[in-house]
Formats: sequence, C-alpha cells, structure tokens
Amino acid sequence: MACRSFLGSFALVSLLLVGGGSPLRAADPQTIKIGVIAEESALPGTGISKGAQIAADEINAAGGIAGRKIELVIYDDHSQAADAVRAFQRLVNEDKAVGVIGSYISEVALALQPWAQRTKTPYISTGAASNEISRIIHGDYAHNRFTFQGWLTSSALADSVCDAIKGLLMQKYAIKSAVIFSEDAAWTTPLDAEYANCLAGLGIGVAGHIRFAEDTADYSPLFSQAEDKKADLLVVGLSHTGIQPIVQWAQQQVPLPMVGILSQSTNGTFWKDTNGATDGIVSGMGFSADGVALTPETQPFVKEYTRRFGAPPPYSAFPAHDSIHALARAIAKAGTADPDKLADALEQTDFVGTVGRIQYYSADEQFTHALKYGPGLVQNPFMQWQKAHQVAVWPRAATGAEAAFPAFIHLAPR
Amino acid sequence: MTALRILIDSLAIGSLYALGAVGFTLMFGVCGILNLAHGATMVVAAMTAWMVAGRLGLGGVASLPAGLAAGVITALATYRLVVRPIQQSRALPEAEKEIFILTATLLWGILLREAVAYLFSDSPVSTPALIPGIVRLGRIRLPIDKLLDSFICWGAIAALWLLVNRTKMGQTLLGAAANPRAMTLLGHDLARVYRLTWILYGLLTGLAGVLLAGILGAGSAQSGQLTASAFTIVVLGGLGNVYGSLIAAYAVGTLETTTAYLLSPQIRSIPALLLLVLILYFRPQGLLGRR
Repeated sequence: MACRSFLGSFALVSLLLVGGGSPLRAADPQTIKIGVIAEESALPGTGISKGAQIAADEINAAGGIAGRKIELVIYDDHSQAADAVRAFQRLVNEDKAVGVIGSYISEVALALQPWAQRTKTPYISTGAASNEISRIIHGDYAHNRFTFQGWLTSSALADSVCDAIKGLLMQKYAIKSAVIFSEDAAWTTPLDAEYANCLAGLGIGVAGHIRFAEDTADYSPLFSQAEDKKADLLVVGLSHTGIQPIVQWAQQQVPLPMVGILSQSTNGTFWKDTNGATDGIVSGMGFSADGVALTPETQPFVKEYTRRFGAPPPYSAFPAHDSIHALARAIAKAGTADPDKLADALEQTDFVGTVGRIQYYSADEQFTHALKYGPGLVQNPFMQWQKAHQVAVWPRAATGAEAAFPAFIHLAPR
Repeated sequence: MTALRILIDSLAIGSLYALGAVGFTLMFGVCGILNLAHGATMVVAAMTAWMVAGRLGLGGVASLPAGLAAGVITALATYRLVVRPIQQSRALPEAEKEIFILTATLLWGILLREAVAYLFSDSPVSTPALIPGIVRLGRIRLPIDKLLDSFICWGAIAALWLLVNRTKMGQTLLGAAANPRAMTLLGHDLARVYRLTWILYGLLTGLAGVLLAGILGAGSAQSGQLTASAFTIVVLGGLGNVYGSLIAAYAVGTLETTTAYLLSPQIRSIPALLLLVLILYFRPQGLLGRR
C-alpha cells in the first residue's frame, strides 16, 4: 500500500507538472482581465508573459482603463495546441477575460483562431508568422474577424531578409546563389516560397532547398548537402530547432554565412547558450540589438525588460507588449467589453509601439488583420552577434555598423 | 568523399550511443532493471555541465566532473527514491515488482524532464568544446572535439571492461549478474553491489550526457528519445550483454548516418527500427543474447 501511495504521489506530481497549469494571478472583480497564453519553459514564451506584464504595469501606472486596472491571467500552454485551446476556453468561460493574446507558434495560433470566433473573444497572436493566419481571416472574414496577427507575416519577413541581403551583403560581396535552409513548420512554408521569389528578384539563384524536422539532432548531413550545392549563402528560417544548427555550423566551420530569420538568436542569452557559436549569424527581428531605436518606445522597453528580468527581451516580448497596449486602447475606445465593438476598435488600431507604428491590415487587404509592414509602419531590423553583443547591422541608419564574419566564412568580394 | 564522411560520423555517433547503452545494459545485467529514466539522467548531466561551463563561465574542462557528479547523484536518487522502496515493499508481490519499477522509472523520468524544463528551459543546450577547431582530412573538416569525444567514449568503455574483467570488484558484479542468491550465500552484501552498479551507471550515463551536449546538444525534450535509442540498442544487442550492445550501437549509428546522408535526415531512425523489428522476429534474444 505504501508503495502504491508512493507511485500515486509520483503520478500526481507528474500530472501537475505536465498538465494544463493554473492561472498565475488571483481574481479581482474590479479589474479588466486579459488572458495571456505562452510557454513558460522557453525564452520566447516567457518573453510574451514578461513583455505583456510590463505593458500592463505601464497602463495601470497611467491610471488603467477608465480607472479600472488591467489584470493579466497567464497560462502555460507548453507550446501545445491542445493545452492552448484548454487555456483559451478557461480564460473565456471561467476567468472572464475580455481578450486574449499569446503564442509565438503558428500551429498554436491557428488552433486558437476558431475558438476566438466561437467564443467571440478578440485574440492577438504574438510572434506567430504564418501567412495562413491572415489568409484564413481574409478568406472568410465574417467567421474569423476576432483574430488578429500581432506580428509580421512570413512573406513580410522573407522580403525583409532579401532587403537585408541586398543592402548588407550584395554591396560588398559577390552573391550568386543561395541555399534555402529552413525547419519544417507552418511559418516556413510561405517564408521559403517568398525567399525563392525575392531571391530571384535580386538575381540570386536558389541552388537548393533544404527542409528538416524541428527535432533534428545532427546537422552534419544537411550542411554537407548545402555545401555540395556550391552556393554562397544559407538563407534560413529557424525558430523551434534550438541551438544545435548554430553550434554545429560553427563547430564544423561551415563556410557559408547564415542570414535570415533565426528567432532564437534574438534572445539576449543566445551568446552564452551557444558558447559564442552564434558569432557572425545575421538575423532579422533584432529589436534588442545595441542602438536599435525604431520608435521612442523601443529603447525604454528594452531597458525596463533588462532591468526587471536580467537579460534583453527576445523578439516575442515586443509584439506581446504592443498587443496589450492595442487591446487596452481598443477597450478604452469601445468603452465596453462588447466583443463586436472591441473587434471594430482593434481594426482601427493606430499607435506607435515598440516596433513601429501599429496598424492591422483591413478586410480588403491580402493579409487581413496582420501587422502592417513597410516604411513608416513596422520594419524588421537585422542584427548580428559580434563579440557577445547584438549589433544592429541593417538598416544601416540604425547604427552604421558593418557586418563581420568569422574567419571560416568564404565570401568573394564584388 | 560522402563515404568518408559517413564513416567518420558513424564512428562518432556510434561511440556516443555505445557509451550511453553500456550503462543501460550494465544496469539490466547486474540489477535486472530497465531504467526508463535513462534519457532524463543524461539530460540532467548535460544541463549541469552546461550550467557550470556556460552560465557560471567555468569552461569545458570543469563541465566534465560536474556532469559526472550530476549523473551519479541522479542515478543514486533514482535508486534510493524510486527503485529501492519498491524492491523492499512487502505490499507488492515479487512477480509484480519488475513492472512497478518499470512504471516508476518512467514516471521519474517524466518528472526529471519536466523539472529540467521548468528550472532551466526546454530548449537544447550545448557545452563548449574541450578543444575547439577542426582537422582536415582532404576536403572533409572534422571538429577536433568530435574526434576527442570518440576517444573518451572508447576510453570509458575500456576502463569499464578492465574494471569488470580485471578487478575483484568486477568479479563481484559479474557474480551478482549471474547468480545473486549464490552471492548472498557467499556473504556478499548485495545492496552494496547494487549501489556500486548505480554509481558506475551514473558515471557512464553522466559522461554520455556531457559528451552528447558537446557534440549534438541536449535538452529536456530529448530525454524520451534518448531512452528509446538506448532501449533499441540494448534489445538489438541482447539484453544485458555488453558486447552485443557495443555492436548494436555501431550498427545503429552507421544505419542512421548512412540514411541521413544518402536518403534524408528526417527518416534517419527508421531503418534501425526496422532492423529491430526483424531481429525481434527472427532472433528475439538479440544479436548476442542467450535464450
């Protein structure tokens, strides 16, 4: 019997750790509740809840919304769609959240999309990039209007990478061909398609297209395959693979530079996480890089985040912060928690956030409810890890710093 | 060129698999326990090594003893907190204890995995290279660390072989594996023998975890896969047979690497699993196992 109860307690503890989790804040009837769904074991996930918390504190310090404070109810979804859906239902039905933000995983955001509609609760994804999210809204606006994509679409990200390649590399180096090198995920399918398109526009041939499972452990065969293509560049889409591709790229001294979207490299701890292997990696979404000040809000947010949590924010913290502000402004503007009026108010969002001017595409535009991308709106700054620092390298106006690559990288001058 | 790359990578991966599986098979051979928290033990060692080397900034050399210590502590905790209470329980029928231990180590592994994810992160980590740099074999670049890790694996396995075959302690282990009842009658303290086995297991598994974190990276999400790999290799080689496990480790390493290079990395583990099915069908005792 003693043994059975011993095993029983094991099971109980395991369930508590594996299971859906519980809200991190106690209920308060005087507050306006906003739900936050994020994985608390991964840096981009914690970035969401921490970025959202800073925004909520800013709003509350300024008097709240019509005198009522914002209260965040945070659930850990373990980056699993099923856990996220359970959390969403609980936020709406039990916690009475008026809106929900969260998840940087496109597959999870896509799973939450129907629930935003069924429960008539505005939902803003925070870092999920797949075009599919906004395509679904555009295709059937009446049945998906409660979802907003609080981040750049994969197509916009790919276009920004091509812009960076053109401005940062092609001015100095002879880049004739590239290998597209991406993890197999919902967000990289449109990313890779647009890479192929915009690289062709730059006159860069696509020598190969390598996609691999997110849990790949040994990248040697993939790098070997890429090298055999005799390309000049690896154009990458990496977010969920962890540090292995970067560490093995440096360990094996693969002579091809890596440029693209490597969301984990935006983490302030990435240099230490990779023991410096990230030296020379060029990635978009470098909002935390030294000297990046896209708006007057960028640097104060980076400093506050770093002060509170000991490391600069990962990319996901920025859309989380701005999404809480967007929701708060919509609630204030609508003057009610009525979901239809809230969704209408969200569509009219227009303010300067940490990453640029925050507006969502309209129902008539291709990427309905996604964050607007372009000059004067949100742009994608590129950073490079250099000697343990995230250095802003593109657009040049940010700091004027040059890209520098490790000695093992072979780039022919123009 | 590709053939040479496959050969080198197969040797490196096979050596790592061999080290990981040797501890697993030693545990089954001497104590009769299939420790399903095996992968989690490797991950705890890897994470500890990474903490010491990366976060505390003490470097790759300091990470090795830290990882080994973490492996031993985790192994002893598994024995003391999970396995021994079941073995000593009078409430459980003897015949059912094996399945209870199997279930308990599985749950313990989940607990360790989630604790690592909660305390650190579920993202994989990597320890710094002991000796950074590469050596060139023609047009092939080979990280020195990968080569060094293979030598360390062989060294550890050779040390285990010497311990088992050339020392009194090793003879006791072999005796306990062959006939534990006779060992008790001869006056040996079986609890001490088992404790020693768990320590050896912790050292081997901890070392495998640290080296894994250096070559491929390690994270909590991999713990189930690592247990499955060790299980596959041990069953393929013959449960409890160290030599069988060594042969199986290199066979699996070669099959996986060849598949990854010539077909696709996405399906690298499938041929090894097919081989396991065939072996179980035609030779259920494994390559070198006895019926």
